[in-house]
Amino acid sequence: MKEIYLDNSATTKVYTEVAELMKKIMLEDYGNPSSLHTKGVDAEEHIKTAKKQIAKILKCQEKEILFTSCGTEGDNLAILGTAMAHHRRGKHLITTKIEHPAVLEPMGALEKQGFEVTYLDVDADGHIDLQQLSDAIRPDTILVSIMHTNNEMGALEPIEEAGKIIKEKNPQCYFHVDAVQGFGKAEIKPKKMNIDMLSVSGHKIHAPKGVGFLYINEKVRLQPLMLGGGQQGGMRSGTEATPLVAAIGLASEMCYENLEEKRAKMYAMRDRFVAKLEALDGVYVRGKRGTETAPHIVSASFEDVRAEVLLHSLEAKGIYVSSGSACASNHPATSKTLLATGTDKKFLDATIRFSFSDFTTDEELDTTIAALEELLPQLRRFTRK
Amino acid sequence: MDYRAFLVKYAEIGVKGNNRYIFENALVKQIRLALDKCEGEFNVRKESGRIFVDVLSDNYDYDEVITWLQRVFGISYICPMLQVEDEGFDKLKEEVVKYFGEAHEDKNVTFKVRCRRTRKDYPVESMPMAAGIGEALLMAYEKDGLKVDVHNPEILVEVEVRNHIYIYSHSIKGPGGMPIGTAGKAMLLLSGGIDSPVAGYMIAKRGVEIEATYFHAPPYTSERAKQKVVDLAKEVARYAGPIKLHVVNFTDVQLAIYEGCPHDELTIIMRRYMMRIAEEIALKTDCLGLITGESIGQVASQTMKSMMVTGEVCTLPVYRPVVGFDKQDIVDISEKIGTFETSILPFEDCCTIFVAKHPVTKPRADIIRKHEEKIKDKLDELARIAVESEEVILCEAAD
Repeated sequence: MKEIYLDNSATTKVYTEVAELMKKIMLEDYGNPSSLHTKGVDAEEHIKTAKKQIAKILKCQEKEILFTSCGTEGDNLAILGTAMAHHRRGKHLITTKIEHPAVLEPMGALEKQGFEVTYLDVDADGHIDLQQLSDAIRPDTILVSIMHTNNEMGALEPIEEAGKIIKEKNPQCYFHVDAVQGFGKAEIKPKKMNIDMLSVSGHKIHAPKGVGFLYINEKVRLQPLMLGGGQQGGMRSGTEATPLVAAIGLASEMCYENLEEKRAKMYAMRDRFVAKLEALDGVYVRGKRGTETAPHIVSASFEDVRAEVLLHSLEAKGIYVSSGSACASNHPATSKTLLATGTDKKFLDATIRFSFSDFTTDEELDTTIAALEELLPQLRRFTRK
Repeated sequence: MDYRAFLVKYAEIGVKGNNRYIFENALVKQIRLALDKCEGEFNVRKESGRIFVDVLSDNYDYDEVITWLQRVFGISYICPMLQVEDEGFDKLKEEVVKYFGEAHEDKNVTFKVRCRRTRKDYPVESMPMAAGIGEALLMAYEKDGLKVDVHNPEILVEVEVRNHIYIYSHSIKGPGGMPIGTAGKAMLLLSGGIDSPVAGYMIAKRGVEIEATYFHAPPYTSERAKQKVVDLAKEVARYAGPIKLHVVNFTDVQLAIYEGCPHDELTIIMRRYMMRIAEEIALKTDCLGLITGESIGQVASQTMKSMMVTGEVCTLPVYRPVVGFDKQDIVDISEKIGTFETSILPFEDCCTIFVAKHPVTKPRADIIRKHEEKIKDKLDELARIAVESEEVILCEAAD
């Protein structure tokens, strides 16, 4: 049975070239980048290369890239680091109701410590209201954190417009963007978009799990969360994970090679898939189409079918998808994104996410449609009476 | 303290008559299997009505050995013993005094010394030996409050002269019960909940070897739910020994019942088929009974009337060791034996879509039989296919 992997927003397969580079570094250039001898210098070289690769994509300086262990760490450092460094200036933060828990949880923790957090609403398609953002910004607002691409339904937030509004209303307020789902799929230019901090995760862009980076504008002042040997300019102590850092550098470069071409292909593929999905009985694709949603995420609700049952039925045919957000589906709490977008109650438990990579083909998606055509009537025969 | 030997005490086996050796040998075998899980080398031997464990290797982990011995059914107490060599009675008295000093922090207690000689050439007889050692202990610790009480001592210091001399005064409680392999084998209906692993544990405790059947309903139950049952079987296997888990694909039977029977009777009829299938596998594998985790009145299918109707389909006896337990009692045991954490993992049980909102609580056997009869041929055929296509997973004890 051929495997059809449509859960790329949960994690991706590592690029072969990336895996090979890591193997070489682990077996040959295994030195500690802080060591003074050649082995250390060789290792440090890989870190410099990775910074160069990423800086070129973001059009930023190399020293503005900080390597982390994952997207969650980047989000935490941006939010908690800002709060700890600037609480004297203000104790107000703004975010949205549909952020990943890696943003919502630190925000909640700050609220317990006396900070005030405004949670922006989203419409049915998952987009924030810029007017509401503008109204929410106050003189004591120290940080606005908005995700680039929603992980559950693919909504693209108006980052550039938001950046402009934030800097107009309060030039001292930082703007953090969680780009874990967006980086690698869209052009992101922090300077142009007034983004002060941008978090990215490696395993969503064909690097392995265990690495990420946080872009931090050179003017931004944060309090580090990890103290120790003073690596990475003291902003994140801990020996740099050379193989992983090199991996995220190379994977980033590969993702952005011919990006426009890949995006066009993915959008065409998505539109074709969505049209076929919508032609099925009782299937509703969520969110706006066009370029207001990401090219690689399709969220669909299925009438009278439990998402998990459909997921396992597809799995039996070698097709891997996720129900809601994979990071949260181990505990049956209902998705915050689905609630915030005003999803009909009957679909809370009936929504599947299909997410592509540039390995995905039209043929695979056609096979998926065929599988759904076969499975949906079968599953609907057995619903709870 | 460097304990190099353990005395294993067993209770109930002691009362068996001529077949006592069968129980003792089974216990020795189970102790050896338990020690195989531990780092180090050990010798297990039977000697005049007692079981000794000698530590042969230099390195071993005391806590690990105790943990595994506490899982061997048939053991009532484990006594860690200090092993010394015979270098004269004066030296022995010194050793006991030193041992007592280290083994008992609080000396403000009453004690008694009991001695035994299997080596009759030892120059001091048992009674004077006990008196001499007792005197030495008093001289050393009377100032700390140590007192003799020969009728009701708080601490009993035992000294046994064999090839080596053993000194002990601590007893660690074992699980009790009978050694696995002395009672036959039974088939456990293992779900994934809290009750069935406890039921399996309780029957195994009587020396019964366990096999298990799990009803898997893909895509309605997930791979993770199945893995959870495998994990539970491995946890029960720490006590019961390796468990053969029969995974039966139950989806088609369930769907056929769903389509062909009144909805409020679905669970009852489903359970009748679970019992039938489990019995069939039980008979094939020489099991002498079925085990369930049912408890009177816990859910609709566990009322007395329901159990009468689900139990009537099999000829093998159905053992329900937790039948009279409250939920909390069962939870307490599952926490004690370490299955609770796994049992409450929230892998969604998609079977809920099959459950009626108001299932019958007082089913009548004649009515259920009549409804079942209509599709019985089809169900029997599907059940036969399910049994034939079972997957067997050998679940060895979890670490």
